[in-house]
Amino acid sequence: MITLDELLERDRRREEDGFKRKIRIGRIVKPGSGGKDKIIIVPTTVEEKFIHDDIHLNQEPGEGDPTGGTGEGEEGDIIGEQPVRPEEGENGEEGAGEGPGEGEGGEHELESNAYELGKVLSQDFQLPNLKDKGKKRTLARYVYDLTDKNKGVGQVLDKKATLKQIVETNITLGNIPDVSNIDMTKFIISPQDLIYRILSREKDYESQALVFFLRDYSGSMGGKVTQTVVSQHVMLYSWLLYQYEKQVETRFVLHDTEAKEVSDFYKYYSYKVAGGTKVFTAFKMVNEIVERENLARDYNIYVFHGTDGDDWDKEGKQTIAEIKKMLNYVSRVGVSVVEHSYVGSKQTEVEKYLKSSGILNKYGNLIKLDVMGEEADDSRIIQGIKRLIS
Amino acid sequence: MELVSQHVKGIMEECKLRARDHGLTFDDETLEYIVTNRDMIELSPKVMIPTLYDYWVHDVRVLSGKGMYEAYPSNPYETVINTRPAISFYNDNNPDWLNVMIFYHVLGHIDFFQNNFFYKNTWDIDLTGQALSDKRLIAQFRSEKGRWVDYIIEFSRGIDNLVGYQKELNQYIMKDTRQRLSKADFYFDIFLQRIKNISHHEYLKEITRYNGIRKTNEDFFVQVIGRYPEFEELYKKEISIKAKPDQDVMEYVLRFSPFLKEEENEWIKSVIQIIRNTSLYFQPQIRTKIMNEGWASYWHEYLFMRDDRICGHETDFAKVNAAVTSMPKVGLNPYALGLRLFQHIKNMEDKGCYSFDYMFLNDEAGRKKYDQSKNSGAQFVLKVRENFNDFTFINTFIDQEFIAEHDLFVAGKRFNNSRMTWEFYIKSKKAQDYKEMIIDTLYHPPEIFVDKASSKKGILYLNHKFENKPLKMDFIENTMVGIEYLWGGPVHLETSEPVVSGKTATDHANFWDPGSSKTKGKKPEPVKWKRMIYVMENRKLSKREL
Repeated sequence: MITLDELLERDRRREEDGFKRKIRIGRIVKPGSGGKDKIIIVPTTVEEKFIHDDIHLNQEPGEGDPTGGTGEGEEGDIIGEQPVRPEEGENGEEGAGEGPGEGEGGEHELESNAYELGKVLSQDFQLPNLKDKGKKRTLARYVYDLTDKNKGVGQVLDKKATLKQIVETNITLGNIPDVSNIDMTKFIISPQDLIYRILSREKDYESQALVFFLRDYSGSMGGKVTQTVVSQHVMLYSWLLYQYEKQVETRFVLHDTEAKEVSDFYKYYSYKVAGGTKVFTAFKMVNEIVERENLARDYNIYVFHGTDGDDWDKEGKQTIAEIKKMLNYVSRVGVSVVEHSYVGSKQTEVEKYLKSSGILNKYGNLIKLDVMGEEADDSRIIQGIKRLIS
Repeated sequence: MELVSQHVKGIMEECKLRARDHGLTFDDETLEYIVTNRDMIELSPKVMIPTLYDYWVHDVRVLSGKGMYEAYPSNPYETVINTRPAISFYNDNNPDWLNVMIFYHVLGHIDFFQNNFFYKNTWDIDLTGQALSDKRLIAQFRSEKGRWVDYIIEFSRGIDNLVGYQKELNQYIMKDTRQRLSKADFYFDIFLQRIKNISHHEYLKEITRYNGIRKTNEDFFVQVIGRYPEFEELYKKEISIKAKPDQDVMEYVLRFSPFLKEEENEWIKSVIQIIRNTSLYFQPQIRTKIMNEGWASYWHEYLFMRDDRICGHETDFAKVNAAVTSMPKVGLNPYALGLRLFQHIKNMEDKGCYSFDYMFLNDEAGRKKYDQSKNSGAQFVLKVRENFNDFTFINTFIDQEFIAEHDLFVAGKRFNNSRMTWEFYIKSKKAQDYKEMIIDTLYHPPEIFVDKASSKKGILYLNHKFENKPLKMDFIENTMVGIEYLWGGPVHLETSEPVVSGKTATDHANFWDPGSSKTKGKKPEPVKWKRMIYVMENRKLSKREL
C-alpha cells in the first residue's frame, strides 16, 4: 500500500509532466466527548469526467433539492426544520461590518469557518522566500511516524521494549531470584507488558513566519471593493491558519489617513470609517513595529495590502519610500488593488505610482501587485493570491 | 481472507435449497469468504474485485476509507460480486440465525445478477480471472513505462462513462440473429408474412416463382419492386437497424487516434481497452441498484420468515431487518424502496390489478375492493426481475396506490429567513412527482458522441446531446486534457449552457451567509440555453458561443 508521502510526491511530479495536481488533503472530524473533536487527515481526489451538473435551474430561490420522505401529513405541511448555523450570536462590535460575515456570528465562528476554507485552499499555495531564521516559534508541519510507545495495543510490536517490560514485571513479582540463571518458563506475561509502536504526530520544524495584513478602510472603500479585498485576505488568512496549524503569527493594520493596529482578524475585516486615504501610514506603521520589536531577525515577514487604489498622496513619494525601507527585510509584499467599476480602464493612483517608480521590476522577487475589478469572483481572487505569493 | 467454515457453508447450502423451492435460480457453485473490515476498506475502491488493476486513486480512497473508519466505524454485513462462481464477503462475527438472513439476501443478489437481462454482457466472463490478467498486464507496462501508465489509466477513466453500454448489450442479445439479412429472407420471412400478410396460396406461388427464376439469370426482384414500390426502402430500413451502430468515444479514439497509431504507443490501446471493458462490466450494476437491493431484501424477508431453523430469533431478526429496510422520514433508502415496490407489484398482480378492467375503474372504493384472485404475483415478480432496470422499474410500477400505501411524499427543503432554518415540508404526494424525483437520482451519464462530419483536419469533435442539463463545468478541462492526450490532437466539445442574466449562477450557499443570495427572491425566469463549444488545444482550454 502506498503511503501519503508517496502520493504527494507523485502529485508533485504531475506538475513536471505538465498536468495539474490532483490530491488534496482533507480532514475527517471525529466527534469526541467534551467538545474535543479529533481530526483525521486523509487525502482526497476527484476523478473528472463529463457528467451532468446536478443544479436545479428551475428551482425557486431559497429552495433546496427535493428528496423522498414518508409519514403522515398533507401537501404543504412542515415536517421539521434544521438550523442554518449551529449557533446564533449578536456582535456588539463598534461600526457596522462591511465585509463578509456582516452583522452576525462572532470570532469563534470565523475561525472555524476560516479553517474549513483553508482546508480547501491548502494544496494551492506555498509561502515564497522562506528562510531559516532561528527556532523561536515553530512554523510546524507534521509528519507521521511510528515513534510513540503504547502498552497493550498498537500497530507494531516493539520486541525489545516488550522484553524489557516483561523482565521488569517479573522482577517485581519475584520470578527472577537469580539473575545469572533466569528461568523464562516461570515468567508471567501480562497483556499490559506488550509494548507497541503507534502512529504519532511529530513536528517538523521550519522557519517561522509573521504576516501583516494591511487594509484601507477609508470612505472610498465602500461596497464590493472592501468585500473583495477582505475575501482575498480571508482566504490568505484561512490558508495560513490551516496550513501552519495556527502557528503563523499574524498582525492586522487598518488605515485611512492614519494607521491603527487591531488585535484580531474579526476587527480587521469588520471595521469601517469614512475618512480620507493615506496609504503610506500603514507601511510606515509596519516598519515601526518591525523595528521596535526587532522582528526581522527572527521572522520571515510577509505584508499583504488591500486597497481601492485611491491615495491622497498622488505621487506616492512617501509610500514608495516606506516600501523601499520595507524591502530590506521582508520576504514578500503583496499589494492587491481592487478597482471600482466606475474607474473604468483608468489606472488608479497606487497602481500608477507603483509602476512608475520601477520597484516592481527592480525588486520583482520581493513585491507583487495584483489588480482586479470589484466584481472579481472566487476563482479570480484565488488566482490573485497565487500571483501575490508566487 | 479465508473461506467460511464447513458449518457455515452448510447453512448456505441449506439456504440455497429453500431459495430454489421458491423460484430463484442460480449456479450451484458459490464462494463465501470471511474478511476483516479492514479488508473491506481496501477492496471497496476496487469495486470489491480483489484482482482489479492497481491505480493510485484506489490507494487514495483506501487511505481516506481508513480515516473514515476510524472516525465512524461501520460493520457491513455482506458484499457480493458478480462473478462466476459468485463470490461473497462477510465479516466473521455473525451468529447462525443472522447468517441465515444474510445468506438469503446474498442469494437474492446472485439470482439477480444471473437472471436480469441487463447483465447479459457479464454472463460469459470470469471477471476475477480476467481482472487478474489485466492487472498483470498493467503491472508489466508500469515496469516499462513508469507513471505514464497511470496517466493513461486516468485519461481513460475520464471517458469510461461514455461507453456504449446499451449498444453493446443490444449486440449481445442479437448475437444469435446477427448474420446479415438477405433480400430474399427479408422478402419471404418478414415482408410477405408480417408486413403484407398475404395468403398461403400467394406465398407458395411466390416461392415457386423464386425457385423457377433461380435457374435463369433474371432478377427475381424486378417484379417484386414493380408490385411493391416501397419494398426497397423497407429493406434498407431493416438492414440499418441490424447494422453495427456507431462507436462510442472510447472505441473511436482506439480506432482512429493518430497518436495511438504510432507503434511505440501500441501498449496504450491495451490499457484503454481494459478500462473500457471494466466499465462495461459494471454498467448493469450501477443501473439496477434499487432493484438489486430491493430484490435481495424482498427475499431475505420472505424466506427468513418461513425458515424453521431460526425459531426464537424473530425479534432479533425484526431489529436487524428494520435497520436495513425502514423508510426514512426524510431521505431515500434504495433497499427499502425496492423491497416495498416488489411487494407492491406482487400484491397488485395477485389481485389482477395490472389489467384494463382495473385501469378503467374510476371509483376509489371499487379499486380498493378489486380482487380477481389471480395469485400470479410470485411468477410476475420473477419476470420483473428478469426484464427491468431501475429506470423502467420505477417508471412502470410507482403508482398512486403505492404512494398511498406507504404514505410516501416528495420532501421539499426551503430556507426560512426569519427563523434562519431549513424547513422540510411535504412538497407533493403525487405519484408522478415522486417518480420524477427518484428518476432524477438515477445514474444517467451524458450522451456524448463523436461527430464524424465535423471531425476533420485532425480534430476530434464531440457532441453532447442536450437533455436540459449542463455538464459539470469544472470537470471539463481535465477531462479534455486527457482526451487530447489520447487523441493526439485538438479536441472540440459542443455542449449547452444556461444563459445567466447579470448575476452569476451560484447555486451553493454563500460562504458567510447561506441565506443571503437565495432569499431576495422573485420567481426565476425560465432558463434559456445557448450552445457552446469548448476547444482543447495544447492543454489549453478555451470556449466560445456557437
